[in-house]
Amino acid sequence: MKTVLTGNYAVSYGAKLAGVQVIAAYPITPQTQIVEKLSEMCAKGELNARYMNVESEHSALAACIGASATGARAFTATSSHGLAYMHELLHWTSRARLPIVMANVNRAMGPGWNVWVDQNDSLSQRDTGWMQVYCKDNQEVIDSIIMAYKISEKVLLPTMINLDAFVLSHTSEPVEIPEVEKVKEFLPSYSPEIRLDIDDPRTFGTLAGPEVYSEFQYKIQKSMEDAETVIKDTCADFKDFFGRSYGMVEAYKLDDADEVIIATSTMAETAATAADRLRSGGVKVGVLRIRYLRPFPAEEIYGLIKGKKRVIILDRNISFGAQGIFCQEVRAGVYGRPCAPDIYGYILGLGGRDVTPDKIINIYKDIKTSSDSAKRMYWGDIKL
Amino acid sequence: MIGDAVFKGEKDMPEMPVTIGKMNDNKTGGWRNIAPVINIDKCSGCMICWKFCPDVSIQIVAELPVINYDYCKGCGICSVECPKNAIEMVVEDK
Repeated sequence: MKTVLTGNYAVSYGAKLAGVQVIAAYPITPQTQIVEKLSEMCAKGELNARYMNVESEHSALAACIGASATGARAFTATSSHGLAYMHELLHWTSRARLPIVMANVNRAMGPGWNVWVDQNDSLSQRDTGWMQVYCKDNQEVIDSIIMAYKISEKVLLPTMINLDAFVLSHTSEPVEIPEVEKVKEFLPSYSPEIRLDIDDPRTFGTLAGPEVYSEFQYKIQKSMEDAETVIKDTCADFKDFFGRSYGMVEAYKLDDADEVIIATSTMAETAATAADRLRSGGVKVGVLRIRYLRPFPAEEIYGLIKGKKRVIILDRNISFGAQGIFCQEVRAGVYGRPCAPDIYGYILGLGGRDVTPDKIINIYKDIKTSSDSAKRMYWGDIKL
Repeated sequence: MIGDAVFKGEKDMPEMPVTIGKMNDNKTGGWRNIAPVINIDKCSGCMICWKFCPDVSIQIVAELPVINYDYCKGCGICSVECPKNAIEMVVEDK
C-alpha cells in the first residue's frame, strides 16, 4: 500500500520493518523526526526494541556497538556535526566488524551555521570502513535501510544510508511500505558466530600488535571487495521480493549517449530532467547516478563511461585544496584505462543552494565553450 | 594477542580482534615497576584503596585490603588516597 511519507519517516518505517532491537540516538536537525517517530513506535509498543536516550552522538554509536556485539540488530541516525562527533566510533564499528546500520541526513558543516543539504558530512567519513549509500527518493530510503541490514550482516561491515536534508528528509512523497511478513522472509534474523555472551567470556577489541594488525586490515578490504557481489545479489533478491530494482549505480539513457552527467542523490534526478531537455534539443546526453561510495563501483563506472566524449561530474561537496570528492573518486577509478573520457568536475549546490535543471544545462553549455578538462574543478553556481 | 594462539596467516584468524580467553588471562602485573606495600598496622580498614583501584586489584579479606600482584600495574593511586599513609610504593627489582 502506498503511503505519503517524508524521507525521515521512511527511515523510521524502514528501521521498524527491519526489526531493529536496539536504537540509540541523539536528536539533531534535520534528523530529529526519525528518532522521534522511532521512540513513539517503541512507546506505543508497535516496535519491540530498546530505545536508549543518550547524552551525545558519541554515546549513541557506543551504545549501538555494545548492543551489536551481543548479536542485537542496532540502529542509529544522525546528521552533520552529530556524525562528526561519532568519528572515533565509526572506525571502531567497522574494525570490530559490527553490522550496524545508520541513517545520515546530509547536512552542511558549520560555521557558517547551515542546516541544509551538502555532502561534506558523510564524505568526511569516507575512510572509516562504512559502506555508504546515497538515495535519490524516499522509496529508495526505506528500501535501502532494509537491504542494508541484509548486506551488512553478510559482509560484517556497517552501512550508512544518506538522504538529502529537507529535499528528502522533510519532503513528502508516496512510498510503498513493504509488507512485514515479506520483509521477515527477505531479511532473516541476525545470529553472529562470535558474540558478547557473559556465559562464554571473551575479550572484544583486544590488543592486536604488528604481528596481526595488517591481516585484520586485509580482511576488511577483502570484505569490502566481496561486498560488491553481496550488494548485487541482495538487490536482485529485493527485486524478486518487492519488484523494485537497485544497483551500485543507476544508468539513465546512457546507451546512445555521447556525453554523460555523473551525479549523486536527488541531484541525479534533476540531472535526468536536464538531460531530457538537452535531448529534445538534439544532443545525446545521459546520466549516471552513483549510489554507493563504498565499496566504490569503479569497474562498473568505467564500463559505462569508457569511449564517451565528455563526462561532467556534479559534486555537492568539496575537498578543500583538491576538488569535488566524487569527481576525485571517478578520476582515480578510470585513470590510465583505455578510452577513458575527458572529465569536467563542477562544484554546486553547497549548503542547500538550489540545483535546477537550468543550472545543469548552463554547465553543459559551459564545457562546450570554455572549459578545459585538465583543470581540476570548476564552480557551477558561485556569485563572483 | 593474548594467550597461546599462533596464526600463520589471515585465514586462521577471526574476522575481528576477539580472544578466546577472558581478560583475566592477561596478567598485567608484569607491567609494574613500583609495587604498593600495605603496612597493615596503620590500616584502619576504611576500604578507600579498594574503591579507588582502577584495575580492581585490591581485594578485601577479613575486612582488610590485600593487593593482587597478578594484576596491579603499580599506578600508586591507592598510596596517594590512603588517609592513614599506610601504603608505600616500593621499587621492585626484577
